[in-house]
Amino acid sequence: MAESSAKTTTDIPILKERESQIYQKGKAPFRMTCGKHSLAGSVSQRACVFCGSRVVLYPIADALHLIHGPIGCAAYTWDIRGALSSGPELHRLSFSTDLQEKDVIFGGEKKLYHALVALIETHQPKAAFVYSTCIVGIIGDDVAAVCKQVEKKVGIPVLPVHSEGFKGTKKDGYKAACNALFHLVGQGDVSDVSPYSINILGEFNIGGEAWIIRDYYQRMGVEVVSTMTGDGRVDDVRRSHGAALNVVQCSGAMTTLAEMMQEKYGIPYIRVSYFGIEDQSKALYDVAAHFSDRPEIMERTRRIVRDEVQRITPELRKIRQALEGKRAAIYVGGAFKAFSLIKALRYLGMDVVLAGSQTGNEADYEMLRDMCDDGTIILDDANPLELSKYILEKKADLFIGGVKERPIAYKMGIGFCDHNHERKIPLAGYSGMLNFAREVYGTVSSPVWQFAPGRKEAGPGAGG
Amino acid sequence: MRYMGKGRIDMTGTAREKKDYSATKNACKLCSPLGAALVFKGVRGAVPLLHGSQGCSTYIRRYLISHFKEPMDIACSNFAEETAIFGGGANLKVALENIRKQYAPAVIGVATTCLSETIGDDVPMFLREYREMFPDEDLPPVVHVSTPSYQGTHMQGFHGAVLATVTALAQGAPAERAQHINLFPGMVSPEDLRHLKEIVTDMGLSAMVLPDYSRTLDGGLWTEYQRIPSGGTGVEEIRRSGTAAASLELGRILAGEKQTAATFLETAFGVPCHRLGLPIGIRETDRLFEALTAATGRPMPEKYTEERGRLADALVDGHKIVNLKRAVLYGEEDLVAGLAAFLSEIGIIPVLCASGGKSGRLKKAVADLFPDAEEKGIRVMENADFVDIEAAARELAPDLLIGHSKGYTMSRRIQVPLVRIGFPIHDRVGGSRLLHLGYRGALALFDRIANTLIERQQDASTVGYTYM
Repeated sequence: MAESSAKTTTDIPILKERESQIYQKGKAPFRMTCGKHSLAGSVSQRACVFCGSRVVLYPIADALHLIHGPIGCAAYTWDIRGALSSGPELHRLSFSTDLQEKDVIFGGEKKLYHALVALIETHQPKAAFVYSTCIVGIIGDDVAAVCKQVEKKVGIPVLPVHSEGFKGTKKDGYKAACNALFHLVGQGDVSDVSPYSINILGEFNIGGEAWIIRDYYQRMGVEVVSTMTGDGRVDDVRRSHGAALNVVQCSGAMTTLAEMMQEKYGIPYIRVSYFGIEDQSKALYDVAAHFSDRPEIMERTRRIVRDEVQRITPELRKIRQALEGKRAAIYVGGAFKAFSLIKALRYLGMDVVLAGSQTGNEADYEMLRDMCDDGTIILDDANPLELSKYILEKKADLFIGGVKERPIAYKMGIGFCDHNHERKIPLAGYSGMLNFAREVYGTVSSPVWQFAPGRKEAGPGAGG
Repeated sequence: MRYMGKGRIDMTGTAREKKDYSATKNACKLCSPLGAALVFKGVRGAVPLLHGSQGCSTYIRRYLISHFKEPMDIACSNFAEETAIFGGGANLKVALENIRKQYAPAVIGVATTCLSETIGDDVPMFLREYREMFPDEDLPPVVHVSTPSYQGTHMQGFHGAVLATVTALAQGAPAERAQHINLFPGMVSPEDLRHLKEIVTDMGLSAMVLPDYSRTLDGGLWTEYQRIPSGGTGVEEIRRSGTAAASLELGRILAGEKQTAATFLETAFGVPCHRLGLPIGIRETDRLFEALTAATGRPMPEKYTEERGRLADALVDGHKIVNLKRAVLYGEEDLVAGLAAFLSEIGIIPVLCASGGKSGRLKKAVADLFPDAEEKGIRVMENADFVDIEAAARELAPDLLIGHSKGYTMSRRIQVPLVRIGFPIHDRVGGSRLLHLGYRGALALFDRIANTLIERQQDASTVGYTYM
């Protein structure tokens, strides 16, 4: 570990090759090594290229999602996300070509073709995405050619997603998904789209978050042409090039698409986050500022922010009293979410003692360094041993992460807040901030920690 | 939304041949490396290593964590593009070395994936080369199992890993037979494992149970972080499996497999192999005790006679609630067969026995239990997915569904209650603590099944009875 090394209270070893991806914030500057392939044998919390594509495209509810490969990739991603739809729910089904040994030997193109045609006939989707998994290229299947053939036959867009698991990291999967989506953009009629309009990018409607955000923008007087991809519809994507502005959330999952749309259609984009009062408000103000020729939009925005903040403040204040001074650790997929969480946790009076991400880039880590207090551990692409080591050494009271981080926290008797795509409650927006505070309070204040041998200091009601 | 079944369900109850070119929709199976990883989690001091893409280990970890709710460190050799071109040897060695440094494991269990198998990686050779790199070091044993995800289901991966572990580690002189036995329980819950061990101990035996994830995947809170959770079958115990007095292997479907851990030990070391059904219900549990009595010469302890008595008493008390009811069973073939055995004892007709597996043996296993299967209209579907199962269930209008969490949406849509058993339990707590085996397990299952039927009747009544 570079910089002043953290006081070691555990004997968990850190692999030498991983040292340049772990820092403790101090006076000296550092440059995070990041964006590289995970180290073999290090139990990375990351997934693969396929996962990146799957998370981006998954919420498009009227599209068919067919996973071309052996059964695992489809089975493990069947209905795992809390991405809600207001209409069709085709995205919640899991379709796989379920390649068998003979397909691996003789090729899977025929199976793919017939499976696709039959599924499209049965489910009548507006488009189909065909995800390539690891072995597809290796067995010589030309997925793009099959897609073209099927597209011709059935008359809907059939889009190959080049998401072979090993061909890069999760981020490359985001790109592959954006490339597939970009084929749809520009196909729809935009004659009735308002000049005061946006696309919401990188918002996946977990627990209905996109609905909350969309509602704010609409109340501001801004038209939302498409949400990509939360509660997504193919036809909305097709006319998304009619929007005046792309509002991009999440560290990069959909920045590629925003850049492609900027280049081809001249649509500018801004980056936002909807987590926490500060970032949520900025997300609204920045959009209002973009439409500055309509001062009434800014007027309404101010009112919305004021009303929404007023509504949640009394309860947040109460919760803050109980959480003041507690220590939190954050390990999430994208660094952008970590920024928001740091602010939101500070608002709740908590100290952040560890912050890390699976896919942050150099600029992200610089930003993290600037935001964090001295002594905070900053990690890229961490593994369970590293995470355990530092949550123990830093005496965290709370860990924020996803499914794979949860048991690490619980085994050590530390509270946990799910901030991943599996959760069922919205954490975005103002009401989401309240949910977040309740969730954090609900875990930290539990009396069960008194029975955790690792948390002797957590006496009865220690959480406040 | 409309769910279209294939409408090709075989009415005669033979295994349905899925058309070569159709998709699998909402699979009722998982891929083979998952089963192998689970087995290695049940070996003391072992770290599973998947030889393939990062996603393989991450997805499998998530899936297992959501059921077991325990840390689930499964390493990966993490292929990159050049790995797929030049072969995975270098990555595998780096992975082994990094695991050794970080975890100091007693065993490393290497399972392949579709990727490493398709590019033709020679894993045994890589492992030899790895050993040669460290001639003077005391390296942990490395068990290798071939688990291409395009072959079989997670159950092939599971049994394959048990076989590979025994093959790699077992030693023994055919002449000496020790007092201990080998017990290969199949893919059962940590609670089941604890109960089996209790039974064996109460019979005065010591047993090598493989795998044994009863502690590694269902343990207490920690004071310090454990790189590898304590518990599991020790390497030394596995080594001694070749000298055991006998091997018991559970699972009627598994019993049709040509080579398993138990048959290997019989062939290689002369350890007599007894193949039994999963002990679910009275008769299958009786058989387990008979086998244990045969091995020890000891009768069943009084404690179990009492448990058996209480079970029979409960079955009589509740017989009218369950008799002639109709249930749809789905899941791993051995669990389905085991459960069907129990249902045959209480009068519930398993009108559909479905599995994503396709051993070709499920139909016979069910027919053995229900000689009148055809008259009763019992269907057996192998290689089934949840669209097939739901289409059949709609038609059959059963009183009950029995299976894992992935049948919940079906249960909700067709309005038939689901009794959750097996793996995965992703939508309830306590999946690890579900007991299916032994008289005690049957009693627990019976109570849950009967109470589900009572609750349904109670809820459906306009009266609101407070006693039923």
